[in-house]
Amino acid sequence: MANPTLADVINRSQHHGLIARITNQQIFWVFLAAVFACLALTILTDSFATERNLFNVTRNFAFVGIVALGMTAVIASGGIDLSVGSTLVISAMTVSVLMSAGMPFWVGCLAALSVSLLVGAVNGVLIAYAKMPSFVVTLGMLSIARSLAMVLSDNKMIYEFGPDHDFLLWLGGGATFGLPHPLIILIILACLTAFAFRHLRWGQHLFAIGGNENAAVLTGIPVARVKVSVYMFSALMAGIAGVLEVGWLGGVTTNLGQAMELTVIAAAVIGGANLAGGGGTAFGAVVGALLIEVIRNSLILLGISTFWQGTFVGSFIVVAVAFDRFRQRKT
Amino acid sequence: MSVLELKNISKRYGAIQALDNVSLAIQPGEVVGLMGDNGAGKSTLVKVIAGNFAPTSGDIFISDQKMVFHKPRDAQKAGIEVVYQDLAICNNMSAASNVFLGREPTRKIGPLRIVDYAFMRSRSAELFARLKSETRPRDLVHKMSGGQRQAVAIARTLLSDAKIVLMDEPTAAISVRQVAEVLSLIRQLSDHGIAVVLISHRMPDVFEVADKVVVLRRGELVADKMASDSSPEEVTGLITGAIEKA
Repeated sequence: MANPTLADVINRSQHHGLIARITNQQIFWVFLAAVFACLALTILTDSFATERNLFNVTRNFAFVGIVALGMTAVIASGGIDLSVGSTLVISAMTVSVLMSAGMPFWVGCLAALSVSLLVGAVNGVLIAYAKMPSFVVTLGMLSIARSLAMVLSDNKMIYEFGPDHDFLLWLGGGATFGLPHPLIILIILACLTAFAFRHLRWGQHLFAIGGNENAAVLTGIPVARVKVSVYMFSALMAGIAGVLEVGWLGGVTTNLGQAMELTVIAAAVIGGANLAGGGGTAFGAVVGALLIEVIRNSLILLGISTFWQGTFVGSFIVVAVAFDRFRQRKT
Repeated sequence: MSVLELKNISKRYGAIQALDNVSLAIQPGEVVGLMGDNGAGKSTLVKVIAGNFAPTSGDIFISDQKMVFHKPRDAQKAGIEVVYQDLAICNNMSAASNVFLGREPTRKIGPLRIVDYAFMRSRSAELFARLKSETRPRDLVHKMSGGQRQAVAIARTLLSDAKIVLMDEPTAAISVRQVAEVLSLIRQLSDHGIAVVLISHRMPDVFEVADKVVVLRRGELVADKMASDSSPEEVTGLITGAIEKA
């Protein structure tokens, strides 16, 4: 090409082909691993590929997946949110307490999501305006939000949800077209998140902040405002998962979502979110959550003690980060 | 008509006289090498021009119009752009996204305003073509050479019809081949009638590209002459104080 036109130059990119582009993505390999694990389990066990088990797997991973969407946004912006498990329980508790007091579902749900957004706003303001490290702020919130959930419920189990009891259980535990509702909601939220990441200025700005915060400030991006919104987004996702999980369990105690942050961070990181900031995809969060749930499920089906689960989830984070390091050194 | 004129600019920080009665005129398309030792007042002068701080006394004229800058945004609106030493670039994003960082164009779809990638790509391809740079809009910046990264940062200044581009040590930490690339970018800007103020410690780079050399010493302007009438030796003497004034 002696004289390339402008369009040629635009379309030329460093990626040479579709295959190279796909295999260069961590998520491709993770997806492959998940598919491979599913195939292996189908062959090795009689119980994996049953309708009932698959229904359980998809529903279980939906909760982690929804929260991981928010976590991916936070990690991509260069932060971390350790308070998601506690946000989830305070949201679950708010909706349960209000509904068991006779309120309709919409009031309880609205209140639960507002409380979650408030938790996220407090996190965000302390991180963005008071410039405190996200690790410290959200670690504090992890303790505060769970404790408030205990105060709110007097640490009692709630399993009766007033007039809209059946609706709540249907929303969290039911299925439409054979798909569990939490999974449907996960798919919708993942699509919206992917769209926002790619096509809204909000997405561009949060990835810019994660990539080089100083550059974001110098080019006039409203860094503080974007950061607050990112933590509110993460808290909102945890809040939505909280409401759904109450409906699925049909009851709630204050240890709901305990240690969930680790699984969620693992899902996001396995799905390609870069803990140094600036990288991550909505699809990756979903696939990461799926892989973790499949592994967890397979441990149970293969008769391996559940005590081993933590070892697997923990090693996954380390392996995913190591994989990322290795890949970056190669290029 | 000068594009930028400084008249008797002084800047004091308490007892320290950072700039002392500096007067300077820059013509459109002129490349000015601004030199001086550490603490001579180079960065203070640049920050006054860029609107980071107001001078204690003296006036700034842009195209013969008197200007008062309260914040960097004011200077930017008047056509003054700064290329920062670290370039203010996000490695995780494409060249096009970096050019438009903080001012992404959007188009309306229903109630939503979505980022207009097609426009960003075509506009930044145009700008790279104008700079005669081979930078490609879709490429991620972290795979680029130092020269291409400079092109991204400079293309950003072209977005807003800059009249003057201030560059802080653009050739400080890059390879020889890339220096040549950056100097050619500076010439491109100058060919488009944009004045460039180049702050640099690297004498050969300055003499290669600058029309005019300006030397500051302890806040005072000690030289303001055509590069062709001067020499690296003279400038070194002026910077250190071996030569009083030129």
